[in-house]
Amino acid sequence: MRVQVRYFAALREALGPAEAVELAEGSTLGALRDALLARGGRHAEVLARGRAVRCALDQTMSDESATLRDGAEVAFFPPVTGG
Amino acid sequence: MHRVAIQTADFDLSAEVAALRAGDGGVGAIASFVGTVRDRNDGSAIGGMELEHYPGMTERAIEAMIDEAGRRFDIRAARVVHRIGPLRPGDQIVLVAVASAHRGQAFQACEFLMDYLKTQAPFWKKETTPEGARWVDARVADDAALARWGISAGNA
Repeated sequence: MRVQVRYFAALREALGPAEAVELAEGSTLGALRDALLARGGRHAEVLARGRAVRCALDQTMSDESATLRDGAEVAFFPPVTGG
Repeated sequence: MHRVAIQTADFDLSAEVAALRAGDGGVGAIASFVGTVRDRNDGSAIGGMELEHYPGMTERAIEAMIDEAGRRFDIRAARVVHRIGPLRPGDQIVLVAVASAHRGQAFQACEFLMDYLKTQAPFWKKETTPEGARWVDARVADDAALARWGISAGNA
């Protein structure tokens, strides 16, 4: 399956605004993060476990246990600082 | 009137409040909050800031917050305006306005919406300082503010 990954703020500056990623059916959001980490380089740096990274699935705040489906929109971003 | 606006343009508090209460004779209280850009933060002079957001999710998240405020408090209308793009010290950033029959529910709902927005709406601030541009860090105090309402933020 294929999911659309979007990045915002400091993550966007490091990785670009968006990319499509191929994943096994039934993968979780955490598995997607693992796959991105495995690429090494900037992905491994800014998405590293222990860094403050928040995520959304289909434009709703989510966590890494969420199961993805084909066509899902996943976003990774730093803690929010609006208001 | 739409309940949520995300815009680069400034807003007019008086006009927003007038629109919020227009045609509703049951309104007896309006509480509003306006957030503005400070000229200092964490010991540095702030020359300006850039506000980024997640188009689509931002509007959905704030709509959901207003729905939740409506379940928790006896309010008649609510309006949230949040600016994006480049802002200067002194500029208005955000407006939360709530209309209710009586002041208690209006005050509470306004504070609830603002606490919720600070940790759950996808906005990010990048400040310009004499030392260069920097992304603003989330504050644990903002998570604590939302926790008072029984909601775990998990943001900062």
